Amino acid sequence: MKLTPKQATLLVLAALIALTPFFFPSGYYYRVGALIFVNGLAVTGIVILTGYAGQVSLGHAGFAGIGAYACALAPVHLGLHPALAAVLGAILSGCMAWLVGRPILRLKGYYLAVATLGFGILVSMVLNNERWLTRGPDGIDVPDLGLRGLLKGWGLDLSNGEFWYFFSGLCLLVGAWLALNLYDSPTGRALRALHGSEIAARVVGVDVARAKLQAFVISAVYASFSGSLLALQNKFVTPDVAGFMHSIEMVTMAVLGGVGSVLGAIFGAGILTLLPQALTVFAEYEQLLLGLVMMLVMIFLREGLLPSILRKIRGTGE
Amino acid sequence: MMKLTKTTTALATLALLGLAGPALAEIRIGATLSATGPASFLGDPEAKTLEMLVEEVNAAGGINGEQVELVLYDDGGDPNKARTFATRLVEDDEVSAIIGGTTTGTTMSIIAVAEDAEIPFISLAGAVDIIDPVKPYTFKTPHTDRMACQKIFEDMQKRGFSKIGMISGTDGFGASMQAQCKSVAGEYAIEIVADETYDPKDADMTAQLTKIKGAEGIQAVLNPGFGQGPSIVTRNYKQLAIGLPLYQSHGVASDGFIDLAGADAAEGVRLPGTALLIAGILPDSDPQKPVVTAYKTAFETRTGTPVGTFGGYAHDAFLILKDAITRAGSTEPAAIRDAIEATSGLVGTTGTYTMSPENHLGLDLSAFRMLEIKGGTWSMAE
Repeated sequence: MKLTPKQATLLVLAALIALTPFFFPSGYYYRVGALIFVNGLAVTGIVILTGYAGQVSLGHAGFAGIGAYACALAPVHLGLHPALAAVLGAILSGCMAWLVGRPILRLKGYYLAVATLGFGILVSMVLNNERWLTRGPDGIDVPDLGLRGLLKGWGLDLSNGEFWYFFSGLCLLVGAWLALNLYDSPTGRALRALHGSEIAARVVGVDVARAKLQAFVISAVYASFSGSLLALQNKFVTPDVAGFMHSIEMVTMAVLGGVGSVLGAIFGAGILTLLPQALTVFAEYEQLLLGLVMMLVMIFLREGLLPSILRKIRGTGE
Repeated sequence: MMKLTKTTTALATLALLGLAGPALAEIRIGATLSATGPASFLGDPEAKTLEMLVEEVNAAGGINGEQVELVLYDDGGDPNKARTFATRLVEDDEVSAIIGGTTTGTTMSIIAVAEDAEIPFISLAGAVDIIDPVKPYTFKTPHTDRMACQKIFEDMQKRGFSKIGMISGTDGFGASMQAQCKSVAGEYAIEIVADETYDPKDADMTAQLTKIKGAEGIQAVLNPGFGQGPSIVTRNYKQLAIGLPLYQSHGVASDGFIDLAGADAAEGVRLPGTALLIAGILPDSDPQKPVVTAYKTAFETRTGTPVGTFGGYAHDAFLILKDAITRAGSTEPAAIRDAIEATSGLVGTTGTYTMSPENHLGLDLSAFRMLEIKGGTWSMAE
């Protein structure tokens, strides 16, 4: 049986998630792995928006912030289970994306980037300043998801790090599967068509504004779930999660790894999560080295790291 | 293409180097501080202080004859990173204790990890929430913002003020202190007749100050905040010739504040500070004199920058830890924790620490000194 590219991608991802722990020297690596998966989930959303549809958002951390604070606030104020709170956050993020995106996405060019930039900053300001609700810049506690305790009851006793590693890994796998399905669907084809040329897409009957809006809403939901996962894992969240730097980080991860492919973007998330950990020895030069890596990738590997490396391996160079 | 493959290989090698296991030492102490990022003016002196003290201790033969290794990470003020580094310190570096959490946000992230792993943790952040309610493994060295409010209101009461205005930063420090001050004002019969805020990035606070100036019966103004905001407030305050006594918080208790605000504008400003700022004019009878003088001299010789309150927090955290490990005679985290809790009469730069199972800060109001800026330098306000 020959694997389709979609099955191959999912298989590689699943194998990586399942097998890497055998090489972990200590529990700390589970934490790093879990962070890669959480970032990977957000970045998969960026692939749909930027890689498929060719739109740029500079405010996706705003949606991550909504997802994260939903998990902190909804259980306390609405009595929701944290898992339902994450779903509520995702719905809220989707609605916000729809409201922000609807007027903007009718326009061409960089309007979305500017509007999302503003949106992200707004969310961050609300989280910082509405102290009565969010407790401000010092952050707020997030209730326990409770799933780890449940698994323990069923005889599966995982440490906190292990649990979040596998749980985030599973979420990423589901997220990647959905994104890959979308790629081959009529919607995905419409998105790719408008990425290639908006006019051509319009000529063949694609509702360009609608397709862009769909991509934006879906990617917002991804970012929101990523924020929820982070908050539930840390059991504590501060407005930094919605900060501008986090938005930039998401885009950078996707572009570095290869914004056109799900696996590439996750690879980018892995690199940018690992590098600061690996470079602690050179803490003072960390930013310098990160900048250098990014410049080199942008100059020599314009498609992103993974697609370029794969091309090299397959020997189908330009 | 080839070049890049080489770069990638080089980076992978670097990654392996960085992730490789740490070298062996007898006593390993971990720290995650915000040496870069928005809180770097706090974290940087803290990091330098810890490095200096560890070198000093090792040169003097270590603790109980064992050398100390400091594993120091820079979380850039990001709570998520702080949590990752705390996990790394606990799981990978296997430290006996953690110092750190420059800000309240990073501290709160570290607490979860430290408490879970049962590793003693001494925070360098201000908020009262860190030690209230008391958590078994969490301690802290700086005064709480609530204590700063109490000290300031005590001084205001002495000077006969009852109606004051407040202008606070909206950052974590300013907002938290604003809330604490409002909640204790009643105890000192002080009424807050004007309550304004500014964004820490604002370049001008004239509008808010003008509004405060116009408040009915106002006698003094208090500015909870840190960073550059309070300097701008102080300058605008002078420009508007408000003429009422201005109080700043312990958040700006460093020479940098006087430089930024200008000696002229800062003249007469009062704030609660630590003995460290007035090391030169402390009477010889003061128990803190030898400690603060030694730290000030060593830090200023080594770094060439003036000593500040924040580095002092790190100094005291290390002092407490050193004292506890000496008394415990062990590097077992649980033994160190018990010893820290039994700290008694330990003189640091911030004050004299006496911990108990109910009090994981161990300072009282007497450790704060009401300072006044006179002629571009600190003096004791009496």
